[in-house]
Parts: sequence; structure tokens; C-alpha cells
Amino acid sequence: MKNYEIRLSGSGGQGLILAGIILARAAMYDGFKVTQTQSYGPESRGGSSRADVIINNREIYFPEATNFNCLLALTQEACDKYLFDLRDEGTLIIDTTFVKNLALAADNTYELPFTEITQERLGSPISTNVVSLAFLIKTTGIVSPEALEESLRYTVKPAFVSLNLRAMELGFELADNYGK
Amino acid sequence: MAKVVKEPKAKKKSEKQKADSKKKVIAPEITPEVPKEEEKVAAKPESKIKELQAKRDRKTVIMQGNEAVSYGALDAGVNFFAGYPITPSTEIAEILAAELPKRGGVFVQMEDEIASICAITGASLAGAKSLTATSGPGFSLMQEGIGFAKITETPCVVVNVQRLGPSTGMPTSPAQGDIMQTRWGSHGDSPAIVLYPASVKESYELTIRAVNLSEKYRTCVVLLMDEVIGHMRESVTLPDLANVKVINRIKPTVPPHWYKHYDENQKYLSPLASFGEGYRFHVSGLTHDSHGFPTNKSTEAAEMMDRLRKKIVYNIRDLVQIESHEMDDAKIAIFAAGITARAAKAAIAMARYEGIKVGLLRPLTIWPFPDDAVRKMLRDKDIVIVPELNQGQLIREIRRLTKDKSESEVVAIQRANGQLISPQDILRKIKEVC
Repeated sequence: MKNYEIRLSGSGGQGLILAGIILARAAMYDGFKVTQTQSYGPESRGGSSRADVIINNREIYFPEATNFNCLLALTQEACDKYLFDLRDEGTLIIDTTFVKNLALAADNTYELPFTEITQERLGSPISTNVVSLAFLIKTTGIVSPEALEESLRYTVKPAFVSLNLRAMELGFELADNYGK
Repeated sequence: MAKVVKEPKAKKKSEKQKADSKKKVIAPEITPEVPKEEEKVAAKPESKIKELQAKRDRKTVIMQGNEAVSYGALDAGVNFFAGYPITPSTEIAEILAAELPKRGGVFVQMEDEIASICAITGASLAGAKSLTATSGPGFSLMQEGIGFAKITETPCVVVNVQRLGPSTGMPTSPAQGDIMQTRWGSHGDSPAIVLYPASVKESYELTIRAVNLSEKYRTCVVLLMDEVIGHMRESVTLPDLANVKVINRIKPTVPPHWYKHYDENQKYLSPLASFGEGYRFHVSGLTHDSHGFPTNKSTEAAEMMDRLRKKIVYNIRDLVQIESHEMDDAKIAIFAAGITARAAKAAIAMARYEGIKVGLLRPLTIWPFPDDAVRKMLRDKDIVIVPELNQGQLIREIRRLTKDKSESEVVAIQRANGQLISPQDILRKIKEVC
């Protein structure tokens, strides 16, 4: 892998920075060099929020994603704002619960109502971040599923491990069945 | 309030480790007849090393810049922290609040930043290795206290994780607006040692260096950070504790009645006694004589001011650190610090791919400014680009040192809107000027 840039974007409270940390740690377990940066407002919920993860075999100079290989957008605002910085061959993953209009159809676009599905299957929308992250990892194959599981176990508080592992399985399942 | 500094933990551990590993080898040879005891001796070091590794595994980990500063402080032997949490430096206070008490250190959350700097200065005079962490608004409040630490020659470290200013500005956005403040923020001529890391690993290393330099030169050292470096996570492998070099202040060897609190020896570094050790001295922010008592004599004032100045100018070689990246054949040079230097490195890789010869000069110590190195390295370059996240601070120093270059040969990229300068911004400028 030469250089892989991922932007996870949405609004504050959706757990995107946590998802970024989980992804970064998983990439580290797979032996890559990795940086994770973030941008968020002073508020704890609402406002726009994003996490950038850069994965590389070699030293990473600039830690912010400028030209992404993969964009995850969980809100309309985030999708509109960052869509045009996605590379031509990049992967776009959107949550159709909130993203209703797509200004530009990329070749590799994956559309699923992640928040709705998570609410339905797990009883609460709180683990949408992990569901969509697991989906992202399975579809792009940037890190191994085992590394993701290990990273989840390490990063998440013990009380929430089982919930998050179920969310991960759900994400994998959605990816496997996508388009079928 | 503070505890007397014992041997630093890092050193202690490494010595123990060494001693233990020796035991492990020697033990079976010396006592082959008493297997039970031998077992114990052999088992002990193993479990200890394991315990150490479990506590702080030096494997590759995901770590935040602020976390690295906290662990750097602990490994450098810091045992006193007083501060007031402020974004983007909060994690440092958070981690040290949890870790210091475990290691016999003291954590105090103060009512504000003025009290914080005073508390760490006081703790240091009582023998502690002390540190505080803040951001722009707090750093402005600390200026008077920093001046006091400098004139009283009391070792302490202030970490300033910069955010966009002036005033409370944008708490979660990066800026490099405090570069001049770290040098000239406090009134009067005073020495300044300021270190500027550009990665998580460097944050760890330069925190240790900041504590070491403060102890060695008896002054307040500032560690200047970018919001992005403080908050970003990176995969890092920290050096083993055995490889961490820790410097402690020189203690007086003379009998108490001979002790001078400000004593010149050959390299302008004088021994420092702590309160409560039997040495008598006075601490005052007024211009003072060698025992610390206020003076109005011009000769004594000159002597004191000279000592403060010479501490820095006589030791430039020890203080200055600068990184030169792809500079040998470069026609265009970029001078940048912190996160902007990382954008520059990415831009250089792209420019070189297109055949444009560009290099980077990055100061790790920004004050004292690396005058000689900059002059020498930039002499034969056609154009110097100075990108920075402010309205023009580093570029003043570069203009001062490149008098032979015309205005158009020293090019600025300046931004103060909470956004980073990206590699593409720098690349565009490189193409514009070449």
C-alpha cells in the first residue's frame, strides 16, 4: 500500500473521532505507519466533525487528508463539503438516513441507511460509527477484520465491547450482502 | 508542598534493570548448590522486566502528542504539576492528574494560570522538577511569572499548545501565533529557550530535553506545540527508558555559610540548593546580588543581566537543534517549524518528483534562533519560502539573516484562519517562484 487517505465525516456526537482512533489502531496492528487527525468545534454534540486517517508503509509527512481514497459521510453537510476532494477512483460511503442528495456520483458509491439499520438491529443508533467503519473496512480491505476486532477490544470501554463487536459483525454482514 | 527530588525514575529503573540482568547471569555460577535461592534470584529480574513492559510497553503504540508530552515529563522525572486545564492542552493535565500521584508526585489544579506558574516556580525552589501546560490565553497570563522564574533562575517548564488567537480565539484550531511571544512576552531582556516539536515522537523527546535544559541552565524553558501535533495520534515507538538521558540540577558542595544562590562558575551554570536543605538564600524578582538580596548597584545589576545573557549566548551549540532535509542540492529552501514543516516535506517530495530541487530547514529549537546555521544554509539558495500559520513572525528572523537577498527572494505563505497550510499550497508557491 502506497498511501491511503480516509476521511470519516459527519456531525459531532456520531462517534467519528472514536471510529478514526479504532481504524488507526487497527492499521497499526497490521504493521502500517498511521496518523489520525481531527477537526471539531467546541461543542460536544452537533457542529461538523471529522477524523482523518492516513495509512502508509513509509513515514507520513502531512497528517491531514487532502485527497481521499475513501470518504465516509454520515450527514448531508459533510457529504456536500468533502465530496469534491475525493479521488476519481475513490470509494464513497454515505448514510442515506441523512444524505438525501448526491451532487456527484462516484464510480464506487455505497449507499445504505446505516443509522436506521443500526437502530433497527441493535436497538440504538449509538454504534452507527462502528457499523459503518466495519462496512468501510470490509469493502475497501485496507485493514484486516482481525485487526479491527483487536483494536475494538483495546479501544472501547470493557462494558461496551460486546455491543461494538455485534455492531462490527453487522457492518461486515452488510458489506457481504451489499448489492445482492 | 513539593517533594525533594530523588534520583529520577528513569535512571533508577534502568540501573535496576542492568543490575538485575547481571544477577541473572552470575547467579547460577556462584550458587549452584542452593537451587531454591537461585531460582528466586533468577525469577525476580524476569518478572520485574515483564512488569515494566506491561506497565509501559515500548512496543509501537497509537499515541497523541499531548500524551507523549505527559509521558516525556514523567520519564524526565517531573514530580510536580500545577495548572489550569485549557483546550488544546487538557490531555496533559488529565494524564498527569492520574499518573503523578501513583508515582509519588503532586498534581494541583490551580485557580488560574498566574497561580499555576507561581506554584511550579515555588515547587522547583523546594527541589521538585515542575511543569505546567497551557494554551494562548493562559500563556499570556503566565508572562509575569515566567519573567520571575527567569530572573530568579529557577528551573521549570511551560508547555504551550498553541491555538488561534488573539484572546480566546478558536480553541480547537491550529495557529503558530505565539512564536514571538515565547521570546518577547515577558518584559525586560531575558533569556529564552523554546523548543518546537513536529511529531508525536518528537513531542516526547523534546519534553525530556526541555526539562533537562531547564535543570541545566536554571531557567524557564518553553515547549511550543501546534494544536494539530497535540491532538493528532500517530503510531510511535518510544525509546527504551534505559536510553533516556535525564539531567538533574547541580547541587552545592560548599558548606551552607559559603553558599551563593547565584554563583558564576566557568560555564555560567551555578549550583542550586533547595529550601529546607540548610542553605540560606533569598528569592526576589528585584534585581539582586549573588545571595539573592535586592540591589541598586549598577555593577551588580550589570553582572546579573550579563549572566542571564551569557547563559544562552555562550551555550548556543548545546541549545540549538536544526533539521536539514534535502538541502544539499536545493535551489529553493523552505524554512518552517512544527506542523507546517510536515506540509513542506510532503510538498518537497511532490516537487522533487517533478524535478524541482527544493529543501527544508526546520528548527527544533526556535529560541535562541539558529542564526549561524540559517545564515550558512541559506547563503547559496536562490529563494527562501517561509510558510507559517500567522501573519508573519518567523519571516522577520529570516529577513534579518538574509540581508543579501531582495524582498522578492524571501517569499511568505501566511495563514491565520484556523486551517493548516497544505502541501498543495506550498507546492503551488514553489512552482510560482521557480
